[in-house]
Amino acid sequence: MTANTFFAKAGMGQKTTATALVAKDGFSARYDLDRLRGVFSRAEHKLAGQSYVGRVLVLDAAKGGVATAWMLHEMKARGVMPAALVLNAANPIMVQGVAFADFTMISDFDLDITQAIPNGAMVEVEPSAERPFIRVLAE
Amino acid sequence: MRLTDQEQAMRAGELGPAVQWAIEHQIKVGEYLGAADFVAVSQAHIMADTESLGTAGVEWLERVASLPWEQRQVRIPTITDPRGTDFAAAHRLKQQPWMLELERRAINAFEALGILMTNTCINYQTIMPPLFGEHVAYGDTGVVIYCNSVCGARSNFEGGPSALSAALTGRTPRYGYHLAERRRASLLIEVTFTPRALDEWGALGGIIGRLAGDYWQVPAIAGVDRIPSSDEIKHFGAALASYGSVALFHMMGITPEAQRESDVFGPNAARPAHSVGEAEIRAFQKSYTDEIDCVDLVVFSAPQLSLLELQQVAALLDGRRATIPLLVVTSPPVKADADRLGLSSRIETAGGTVLSGMCFYQSYAREMAEANGWHRLATNSAKLTNIIGGYGYKPALLSMEACVAAACNDGRIGQ
Repeated sequence: MTANTFFAKAGMGQKTTATALVAKDGFSARYDLDRLRGVFSRAEHKLAGQSYVGRVLVLDAAKGGVATAWMLHEMKARGVMPAALVLNAANPIMVQGVAFADFTMISDFDLDITQAIPNGAMVEVEPSAERPFIRVLAE
Repeated sequence: MRLTDQEQAMRAGELGPAVQWAIEHQIKVGEYLGAADFVAVSQAHIMADTESLGTAGVEWLERVASLPWEQRQVRIPTITDPRGTDFAAAHRLKQQPWMLELERRAINAFEALGILMTNTCINYQTIMPPLFGEHVAYGDTGVVIYCNSVCGARSNFEGGPSALSAALTGRTPRYGYHLAERRRASLLIEVTFTPRALDEWGALGGIIGRLAGDYWQVPAIAGVDRIPSSDEIKHFGAALASYGSVALFHMMGITPEAQRESDVFGPNAARPAHSVGEAEIRAFQKSYTDEIDCVDLVVFSAPQLSLLELQQVAALLDGRRATIPLLVVTSPPVKADADRLGLSSRIETAGGTVLSGMCFYQSYAREMAEANGWHRLATNSAKLTNIIGGYGYKPALLSMEACVAAACNDGRIGQ
């Protein structure tokens, strides 16, 4: 492992490699997304207007209500979804949604992960390692 | 996680595939969040509007519903959050037939499991509030925060699949707010202005939610100079949960776990402190009205209105006429009472629409906006202002009085 690898306290899902979309902002499927178009739709969100499809979302904290627990499953069924979630702080809804959708997430780091991962970097997310991690492959 | 013999039997499939899926799901969640074991729960409350479920979610439910009764029945009393429509008024909202069909399919599936379709997010005001210390598995953030904080019950946010799992197994992973040590306050909020109107209570909740920042923070609020009403603390909690993803707060001298500061702060615990006064509340309100002088509709929803709120709306509309859509959303039993007491007819005579068993933002809000040409919305719900922007609306947070005034003045605000 190198200085470009960051360990999380918890993880779930499959190993994933994709481009990171990074912001110091929260995440809620209901509050923040236009799930039909696959873009961040809340005007105040730092990623407003950007597509999340196929990206590893590196964000601050899980926000909002309980709907994400169903919505990740619905997004996956239509194939309009991120590649993985990487959060400074997960909440139970995000964990429940990831478990139900068989999706990939790691969370809870010793540093602010949104400051550690460059936006647009190619990253690898490994949730099933003994210590789940995200690694920057190329900036 | 430690499993009892009964839980191991569930995991082995001895109670059928639905229970087996449910406990496997709960183990995944519990292990991620550090649960050591399960705790028995007495009730479950499921959020499952079809905009969230989608076709894939409804089909999944239908597969569970197709199992034999002894394999699919819920094991504890289980109720539901609002649906995605009020069938009696769907045409007035210009909802599409496919939406109603998906709702019917979801309802049929839930009923096949033995679930009571209460369709409410104010079950703590209308169905059966939990008791102090009672472990429950509730969906809807507003329900959880009210029952945790005001009733002293114990629940995490249980999204639809997890609440359904709890209904099928009769238990939930013991993490988070099922644990006494997790219920200690993590920050102190000194309030120097006690709100009066419901939108002010919501604004205070929104401000504290932003300060708290995430699910694991428990704010203790000091300085509230009177006992709030159930509706006031409902709006406060709903906004706090929405803006902060917060599931528990303490209000010093008011909520049951916070009779003394030492009750909620551990010995030698750090107490990050913030002060919130009238200036912050006014600034919060202003942030939602600065760029709006006229709205396309007025919505009272999120949470559903109590009977007393309906009475207030009816009184404000007496002798007036709404000239833009004015939607008033409540639960089925409150709607029945409002019909019986003449409140619904007073609101509808004045041009309003009383909707039952749904919630505005859970009812295909984006599609309703496109079908009706709605873009700018006035509400007295801070929670709704936080959510509805993601659906393409521009929300204005106003008092109930100002909302009704706007509805009766072609949507113009402040005239």
